[in-house]
Amino acid sequence: MRFLSPSTLQEALEAKAEHPGAVPITGGTDVMVELNFDKRRPDLLLDLTRVAELGRWEADGEGRTRLGAAVPYSRIIAELPALAPGLAKASRTVASPQIRNRGTVGGNLGGASPAGDALPPLLATDALVELASVRGTRTVRARDYFLSFRTTARRDDELITAVVLPAPAGPQHFAKIGTRNAMVIAVTSFALALDTRGRTVGTGIGSAGPTPLRAEAAEDFLAGEIDWDSPAPLPEAAVRRFGELVAAAARPIDDQRGSAAYRRHALSVMARRTLTWSITDYRKEAACA
Amino acid sequence: MRVNINVNGQNVTADDVWAGESLLYVLRERLGLPGSKNACEQGECGSCTVYLDDVTVCSCMVAAGQAEGRSVRTVEGLAQGAGKGGDRPLNSVQQAFLDAGAVQCGFCTPGLLVQTDDLLDRTVGAGLPAPTDPEIREALAGNLCRCTGYEKILDAVRLAADRLADTDNAGSNA
Repeated sequence: MRFLSPSTLQEALEAKAEHPGAVPITGGTDVMVELNFDKRRPDLLLDLTRVAELGRWEADGEGRTRLGAAVPYSRIIAELPALAPGLAKASRTVASPQIRNRGTVGGNLGGASPAGDALPPLLATDALVELASVRGTRTVRARDYFLSFRTTARRDDELITAVVLPAPAGPQHFAKIGTRNAMVIAVTSFALALDTRGRTVGTGIGSAGPTPLRAEAAEDFLAGEIDWDSPAPLPEAAVRRFGELVAAAARPIDDQRGSAAYRRHALSVMARRTLTWSITDYRKEAACA
Repeated sequence: MRVNINVNGQNVTADDVWAGESLLYVLRERLGLPGSKNACEQGECGSCTVYLDDVTVCSCMVAAGQAEGRSVRTVEGLAQGAGKGGDRPLNSVQQAFLDAGAVQCGFCTPGLLVQTDDLLDRTVGAGLPAPTDPEIREALAGNLCRCTGYEKILDAVRLAADRLADTDNAGSNA
C-alpha cells in the first residue's frame, strides 16, 4: 500500500486516473476504520486534505453555494447555517465534535451509506454533486447520484470535488432517530425543504432503504396542500397523510438498529414534525415579509 | 515512509511508517507517547483525542501521512512550564480532574482532558461565559467513560471552568 498526498487538484485527478482503485481519504472517519480493522487494503491511499480548493466553500453570487468536498461538518455548522440550513442542521447530528471536525460531505457521498446524515438534505434541496476527472468536470443531481446499495454515478477515475447547494427559498429541516443524542448511526432520518418560490417540496429519507430516498408522492401531495399565497397551518388529516406517504416511500429492512416497521413509523412521525416546524417557520417569514 | 510532525512543540520524525498506519499508532508505538489511549479504533470512544492543528480529532482516524508537517498536541503536552514529564505543573483541567475525583480507571481520562481543554479554550478562554451543562455534555459526547463516572467528570469541567474564569478575571483586573 502506498500513500500519496497531492497538493493540487490536477495532481489528484491524474493519480486517480492512473490508479482507479485508489481510495480517497479526507476525514478518515470511514476509511481509517476499514484500515484499522483490516477490512480493506487498497494499493493506494489518496490523501485529499492538502488540496486547498476542496477545503473551501464559496457563494456564486446567485445564492448558490459551492461547498468543497473536504469541508468538515464543524465548519458547515459554523459557517453555513444561512446558506445551507438543512445541511447545517443535519451536520449537527453527526457523531461527536471530534468526528465533525474531520468528517466531510464528500466522504458521505463517497461511502454512499444510506445512513449518511448529510445525504437526505442534499436530496431534499435538489443539490448537485460535482465529479471531476482528467476528462473534465460534470455535475449530477444528488437525486440521480445514488444507484443502488453503496453504488453511485461516480466513475472509477472521478473524484467528488464539491456539492452545489441551491439558494434556500424556504424552511429546511432535518430529524434523526437514534438510541442517544450523539454518536449514533441513524436508525432513520428525514429531511424536508420547502421551495416557496418554485412552490415545490423536497424530501430525503435516510437509513430506510438501500440508498437515501425521496418520497415523491409525499412531495407532490404536500405541494398541493400548502396555501403558497398565505401559508396556514395544515389540517391534521393532511399532516397525517404526508407522514403516511413518506413512510410508504421508504424501503426499510429489519436490522440490529431497528425493525422495518419501526423505521416506517418513525419516518411518519419525523415527517409530521418537520412539516409542522416548516409551516411554523414559513408563516413567520410570511408575516415578516 | 517517513513522517515529520511537530508534537507538543517539538519537531519529531517517525521512520518506517506504514501507509495505512494511524496517527495514534505513530504517537504511541513510534514516538513513545502512550498518553493517548487506543480503545475502539473507530472514533466511537474519544480516548485517543488529540489536537491536530488546534482542532480536536480522534487520532485513530487520522492517517499518519495526513499529519506530515502538521502540529499535534497530545495529553502529554497539556502540562505547561519547566520540568520534564511528571515534574511539570498540571494545567487547570488536569488539576480539576484530580481535585474532583473525575479519574477512576483512567483510560478515558487523556481524551477527556484534551476535549475539555478545547471546550474551555473556546469558551472561558475566549472571554465567553462558562459552558452550560448541556454544552459540556455536547462537547464531551464523543468521549466514553466505561466506569460511567460522568457526574464527577462534569464536576471537574465546571471546577476547571470556574478556576479559569477567576484567573482570567484576576488577570484583567491586574
